[in-house]
Amino acid sequence: MPIFLLKRLANSAGVMLAVAFLAFMIFRFVGDPVELMLNEQATQAQRDALRVRLGLDQGFLLQFASFVGNALRGDFGISYRNQQDVFLLIAERFPATFELVLTATFLSLAIGVPLGVYTAIKRDSRFAQALQFISVLGVSLPSFAVGILFILLFSVTLQWLPAFGRGQTVQLGWWSTGLLTGSGRRALILPGITLSLFQITLVMRLVRAEMLETLRTDFIRFARARGLPDAAINFRHALRNCLMPVITVTGLQIGNLIAFALVTETVFQWPGMGLLFVQAVTYVDIPVMAAYLIVVSFIFVALNTAVDLLYGVVDPRLRDEAAKGASNAR
Amino acid sequence: MRAEAKSAPGWLRRWLEGDVGWSFRRTPVAWISALALLALVLTAFAAPLIAPQNPYDLKQIFIDKAELPPIWMADGELPFLLGTDPQGRDVLSAILYGSRVSLIIGFASVLTAMALGVTIGLVAGYYGGWVDNLLMRLADTVLSIPTLLMAILVSAIFRELLPPAMREPFAAIVLVASISLTSWVQYARTVRAQTMVERRKEYVLAARIIKVSSGRIMRRHILPNTLTPVLVAATLNLGLAILSEATLSFLGVGMPITQPSLGTLIRIGNQYLFSGAWWLVVFSALQLGLIVLSVNLLGDWLRDALNPKLR
Repeated sequence: MPIFLLKRLANSAGVMLAVAFLAFMIFRFVGDPVELMLNEQATQAQRDALRVRLGLDQGFLLQFASFVGNALRGDFGISYRNQQDVFLLIAERFPATFELVLTATFLSLAIGVPLGVYTAIKRDSRFAQALQFISVLGVSLPSFAVGILFILLFSVTLQWLPAFGRGQTVQLGWWSTGLLTGSGRRALILPGITLSLFQITLVMRLVRAEMLETLRTDFIRFARARGLPDAAINFRHALRNCLMPVITVTGLQIGNLIAFALVTETVFQWPGMGLLFVQAVTYVDIPVMAAYLIVVSFIFVALNTAVDLLYGVVDPRLRDEAAKGASNAR
Repeated sequence: MRAEAKSAPGWLRRWLEGDVGWSFRRTPVAWISALALLALVLTAFAAPLIAPQNPYDLKQIFIDKAELPPIWMADGELPFLLGTDPQGRDVLSAILYGSRVSLIIGFASVLTAMALGVTIGLVAGYYGGWVDNLLMRLADTVLSIPTLLMAILVSAIFRELLPPAMREPFAAIVLVASISLTSWVQYARTVRAQTMVERRKEYVLAARIIKVSSGRIMRRHILPNTLTPVLVAATLNLGLAILSEATLSFLGVGMPITQPSLGTLIRIGNQYLFSGAWWLVVFSALQLGLIVLSVNLLGDWLRDALNPKLR
């Protein structure tokens, strides 16, 4: 186990270093940071002073090392556009994205799991087949188009729900939450559903496939032979055996959802990190772009690693294997 | 179907009577989506011939015809079947031209990603050792960054590195590069796994004994045996590529307004949503959904038809 753990952690650290290198290359070579940070009247002396202050006169590897060092301390520099500390900008926007992603994850499980079970149990019924088809439709319609159509229907035509923004938020320490006010919760509905649509179809298809597999196994047949009620077989025995991959995929997908939230956030003008990033791309605000890349990749890699490690803890078969031959694991 | 198959050219008849063709004829979803896709592709590529208006020719655009609703509504006017946008462009024509842009970029990205991925997979699988290690760690790194984020960054960086005058003409190429640079990994992994199996087989050994060059062995001997899963992946990825292009264009890092794709049209239409002109957004989104849906249905069928376990 410890060897597996160390190997996995070293692997993740390597990937993060590669991402940091990419971010550094963007920061260093897309546009001249000095030109972008000073106005046109700056004298040569001012330029040189800034160049030295940013450490741009040092060797390449040294610059990269100090970039990584700064990033580890949460120092991603100053935004070109609004002259604020990039890390604070992102931290300020993080709660909005997090609440959106959490809502979408919750919706995807609350809707996707029952639908998946239903389509597996009654797989020949009309309704189940219609659901299967709708799930392909859900994958085919781009989420931004769905979001716009939602706005058109529920905000412009019916005027039921707000089309943009977070509504009223409450400040809890540094965390701003929209979950505690009515307008905040109402504002969360449309973006939450939009972001979760793809995820719902994913969970539904996964649960369906796993259920079909499990329902064929001997222990389910045996449960039927014992005369257990269908509900107990389907939910207590079959579904439980399907939840492991569902939880894994949901965990892994949170990273993807955070990245994908940037599309939803753009459609609904949701003040999260994604919108910050899209605006940074429009204005070529390189420090924000680089920092967002590192933060999102870090969450992504951390989740992947955590899921891999948890697998060893949760699944006794893997744990036993690891105990028997740690050197053979992976 | 029978009579048609007899009059069809030889290769088509052989295909229709083979395993896959049989499944194709027996699956209504497959041929309906194939026909729909064919119709969508043909109308998109014939846009200059069949569209009522060339939306990029300023001489054909009349500003007094701006924001007309579709023909079945009160103020609708011929020949603007689906209405006009706020600049007086015919929405139907813009969608046909836009579909052409979306389809070309989608196809080009899939082909580029496939070429890149297959080459990397062949080389990694055939040579093994440190080459394999290096290439696969590169693949891991690409996979560890969310695809969409990576595509946006690549697209934004390429554009920034190009001189401003070249950004618009090269927008399509930048998009193809950014989409294919983020989607080659799947092909590479598939081909690599298959290559590692194939290279130990006797026909490869025989070829090596008679001194066939490595490049030729990979191209002529191993490659054909790895193509089936690659083709399935390519079909399914075509839908994804078209969606990625639309998403990038919607976010403003894709096709410019001067040569809009469907994503750009939705972006433009989105700005006029609150003034009541819903038709540009709705019809562009429908067209985009139709294209991707028919590609996905076809891909799903192909995956099942080529999977021997399901037969």
